[in-house]
Amino acid sequence: MKIAIPVNENKSESSICVSFGRAPYFMLHDVEEKTTKYIANTAAEAQGGAGLKAAQLIVDSGANILLTIRCGQNAAEALNAAQIKIYKADGLGVAENLAAFLEGKLAPMTQFHAGFHGHQ
Amino acid sequence: MKLAVLSGKGGTGKTFVSVNLAAAAGSAIYIDCDVEEPNGRIFLRPENLISKTINIKQPVFDSEKCTGCRKCVAFCRFNALVYVKTKPMLFSEVCHSCGGCRLVCPSGAVSETEKPVGNVECGKSGDIRVVTGCMDLGEASGIPVIRAALAEAPDTDDLTVIDCPPGSACSVMESIQAADYCLLVAEPTAFGLHNFKMVYELVSLLHKPCGAVINKAGGKYTELDDFCCEHGVPVLLRIPYSEKLARLGASGQIAALSDSEYAEMFRSLLGDIRREAHV
Amino acid sequence: MKKLLILSGKGGTGKTTVAAAFIDLLNAEAFADCDVDAPNLHLVAGMNTLPERWDYYGSQKAFIDPEKCIGCGVCLDNCRFEAVTLRDGICEVNEYACEGCGVCEYVCPQSAVTMRDDVSGEQLLYKDSRVFSTATLKMGRGNSGKLVTEVKKTLVNAAPDSKLAVIDGSPGVGCPVIASISGVDLVLIVAEPSLSGIHDMERILKTADILRAKAAVCVNKYDACMEKTKDIEKYCQENKVPFMGRVPFDKQASAAVNEGHSLALVDCSARAALANILKNLRLLLLEDAK
Repeated sequence: MKIAIPVNENKSESSICVSFGRAPYFMLHDVEEKTTKYIANTAAEAQGGAGLKAAQLIVDSGANILLTIRCGQNAAEALNAAQIKIYKADGLGVAENLAAFLEGKLAPMTQFHAGFHGHQ
Repeated sequence: MKLAVLSGKGGTGKTFVSVNLAAAAGSAIYIDCDVEEPNGRIFLRPENLISKTINIKQPVFDSEKCTGCRKCVAFCRFNALVYVKTKPMLFSEVCHSCGGCRLVCPSGAVSETEKPVGNVECGKSGDIRVVTGCMDLGEASGIPVIRAALAEAPDTDDLTVIDCPPGSACSVMESIQAADYCLLVAEPTAFGLHNFKMVYELVSLLHKPCGAVINKAGGKYTELDDFCCEHGVPVLLRIPYSEKLARLGASGQIAALSDSEYAEMFRSLLGDIRREAHV
Repeated sequence: MKKLLILSGKGGTGKTTVAAAFIDLLNAEAFADCDVDAPNLHLVAGMNTLPERWDYYGSQKAFIDPEKCIGCGVCLDNCRFEAVTLRDGICEVNEYACEGCGVCEYVCPQSAVTMRDDVSGEQLLYKDSRVFSTATLKMGRGNSGKLVTEVKKTLVNAAPDSKLAVIDGSPGVGCPVIASISGVDLVLIVAEPSLSGIHDMERILKTADILRAKAAVCVNKYDACMEKTKDIEKYCQENKVPFMGRVPFDKQASAAVNEGHSLALVDCSARAALANILKNLRLLLLEDAK
């Protein structure tokens, strides 16, 4: 199982980024292999449709799960189509959220913010 | 003559002036390009209405033909495509309908379908042909509808009054492209002057001859007149604020048809515009 | 930060006048002007420092190198936005119509087209004891929605501890309005008591609904037409839209604006009415927070 989390920096001390589409990096953690790697989020500088471009990155990364503070409707639609499950992160700690998720303590994301209509 | 009526600021009286000019002319074409909030037909009450849907093109992906090369996803500058499983997913609200994905696809997997974005309604009000562009709610841009509305007026000797959207952005520019003369409606207030300057800059950029109508005139604010004087913009008419006019407008009546004073005022304005436009 | 957005549908109903009065009545520490096509709030905001300014880049625009262009017109044939013209045997891009899609760059057999960054406007950030974020869009430009989003983002970043921000919106129901509605806590629609005003109010209410935003209505210059004011109140009741109050036509309003300040600084009937509407708005915001 691979878990993706939007983060502010590409190191283990980083906190979770409050934006999904414009996060500087995505952390990808492989639960079975116990490895972690970082992907630069090229969507951060996009003129528009950042959430969509970021969703493409997550789809391509092979992630099964996304832990995030927020997620837009459009990105959610793309991730759902790829059968990637989205969970709502609790607080900004990466390690804490990973642990909480594995213990089944995180709730699936149900509230998605409206698209910014290509403007974010 | 194609006469565009515009203002920088909203609510100064574009529709009021447009509708009254068309009425004073008797026989004219009135085109409502304020497709986000078209109001002219509230006053003109056109009959024998024919409406046509305006569409833009959107891509459709054939998963059988799609090889997953993702050239379309890489090409799209608006990030409207996300490749999932067997083909790209389209997010139509960010798609600009540029047709690029269809061009770059090496496998012929992209075709196009039509998406409605609004409608253009044509009708008659006496001898005035009324064309109303109306954008569907939730759409970002009314430009395709504006283009379609303007296309309803063939090149004619008849007076064509183009009621423009407020402001000076892309939709206004689209509306005045073919105008022979621009009539700038302004109100004599600090907000009015500030926005008047912007729309004046726009018409100057497009080298359109223009004149001004000062609406809700009266009062001590002189800066608008000063600006017009300094920049050689002829003030063709000053319409004083009047409760009678406000009431007529609020209830959807056309002043030039209800009151001889206003009928004469707008006939005279039309004459002045025609003279100015030939200068 | 909670955000209160002032919209109208129809232009000229008094959005900026109302927004400016609210800002003063609330002693708001953060506010923004999202009417980037025709910003006016700075004329009455009374900021006494110079703003930080920086270029705003909208979409890229195509540029055709006249040295490489052979005038074959393939770009013109493929441009969906009528942004290319052929003149004197060379193709030219109309910067106002170009949407930056890149199709012309792709189809050009001579590689004569490049996509370039384009300065579409300017953002401004005023900071004295308060934070005021605004912007202007260059003539004839599109992408106003994206600029609106930047103005709001700048506001939130510059005043993260502010409790309630007032945002002056733009007329219409299109791109800049849609962008401004996103993420706000409450939209106040300033309606005009006239047939056009009601027609436009209905459209902006529907737009807010489509975007799942909470909206309330108030009537400005209500005494200009009592009958239509009552129609608006009835509409709100029937459609369960919270009605916040009415403001009378007040000559002091434009007098204040012409002097460069809001009417909150003038003891007049409009001020009293607006203070009352503000009270109702705050109750509504509190109600939603529960």
